[in-house]
Amino acid sequence: MAEPRLDEATGQTTTGHSYDGIEELNTPLPRWWLWTFYLTIIWGIGYTIAYPAWPLISGATEGVLGYSTRAQVADDIAAHEAANAELVSQLVSADLSTLAPGDDLHRYAVARGGAVFRAQCSQCHGAGAQGAKGYPNLLDNDWLWGGTLEEIAYSVRHGIRNDTDENAHYSEMPAFGDILEASEIEALADFIPTLATGGGSEPGATLYADNCAACHGEAGKGDPVGGAPNLADAIWLYGDDRASLIETITNARFGVMPAWGQRLAEADVRAVSTYVHALGGGE
Amino acid sequence: MAMIQKHAILERSPTLLLVTSLLVVTVGGIVEIAPLFWLENTIEEVDGVRPYSPLELKGRDIYIREGCYVCHSQMIRPMRDEVERYGHYSLAAESMYDHPFQWGSKRTGPDLARVGGRYSNAWHLDHMIDPQSVVPESIMPKYAFLLNATLDGEDIADVMSTHRFVGVPYTDQQIELAQADFRDQADPDADWDALLERYPGAAVGNFDGQPELTEMDAIIAYLQVLGTMVDFSTFTPAASR
Repeated sequence: MAEPRLDEATGQTTTGHSYDGIEELNTPLPRWWLWTFYLTIIWGIGYTIAYPAWPLISGATEGVLGYSTRAQVADDIAAHEAANAELVSQLVSADLSTLAPGDDLHRYAVARGGAVFRAQCSQCHGAGAQGAKGYPNLLDNDWLWGGTLEEIAYSVRHGIRNDTDENAHYSEMPAFGDILEASEIEALADFIPTLATGGGSEPGATLYADNCAACHGEAGKGDPVGGAPNLADAIWLYGDDRASLIETITNARFGVMPAWGQRLAEADVRAVSTYVHALGGGE
Repeated sequence: MAMIQKHAILERSPTLLLVTSLLVVTVGGIVEIAPLFWLENTIEEVDGVRPYSPLELKGRDIYIREGCYVCHSQMIRPMRDEVERYGHYSLAAESMYDHPFQWGSKRTGPDLARVGGRYSNAWHLDHMIDPQSVVPESIMPKYAFLLNATLDGEDIADVMSTHRFVGVPYTDQQIELAQADFRDQADPDADWDALLERYPGAAVGNFDGQPELTEMDAIIAYLQVLGTMVDFSTFTPAASR
């Protein structure tokens, strides 16, 4: 290995490495870079003192600033709640039926309810509340369990046919596949659409009166207290084609909705009920 | 020679360089590995978390097999937006019986850490068969084929023993009754009292509406228990952790 020498063209010394006469300059790191590097090390040490960092035998250092992610999220939520505290306390104590479209509390409830709806309800009832087969459309004025604001709030709070809330709405149609003959079920499937249009014939009419009218009513208008759907309108939760009707009569349906009172804050339950009520079909 | 040039000593002796690099790496290794020996103190004690029931455990295997974790996380981070959308932030204890945990790292779909009880069984069935039938804007693939794979639970006791081997506290009784519990959880005619005593809060019922026990039953049973074990109305996590 050659001795390091001064390279005149650059003013730097060489490392002394030489291979086939090719030498390597020993150019030092730029000073600004080197000092920045040292500063980051010092910053890193300061950071582990300021914030939670070092694991210990039973826990970890907490940091002199006392930061914790849990305290942070609790603060964030508290700050958000404080910003809306007045409207929230009004909403929680308000008599929902007195909310009038246009006043501040109603506007707040609809805006907050819309956010709740998109996060919690849209997966079943659709992003636009249009529903899907088996999941009711909330835009129309056909309500299985009543469409006043209080009735909607009850359905949201307690849910429908779930196991978790004993006050949940509950009704259960029998599976007529165990009760009637296949030919009788077919006759019923032919008769039921005529509740809306008229012109129903036997034996469907008698079968209907004997088996269905007790819940759905003589004229098929349904009963929102017992959750029996209106069969005399054009709105069908599970389809009104013959095959769907036969399926419904044979095996019955058992739509379940969770009890949102157990998962959402009271203000959220009231807000989302107001939102749904304001979608257009509220009574 | 200035201090700044002392590295030349290390760089010109391969043995010295090797030994000193090993020392540096050892420090990093100790910092990362040593705390794992005191893992217990990083998981706060939480009431209600129990090992998965046999059917849930099978559902979890299907969840992993189908790569659900590639699009769905199971980790609600402590941030306001996440807590408002998904529920209480996840606790370490809630995945302490998960081997491996399913926290995930990517959310093409939503987080599933608290999906249990959020939808009805019928919704899960509709959604698995054809996600777009209930969520038109969804890009999730269809999993209708899970209905075609029937299960007998023949190997579930072995799976549970394996989990016990890595630290899940299954009792002898739970392993002995594994196959019966496996079948009963999705059998609407079964007596669920004893099962629910062994696995409190398990969702029971014929999840997929089919007479046979299928993979669909298993995965819905698993999804319906996610995030439901801790009762946050009675449990308050440590304020700072």
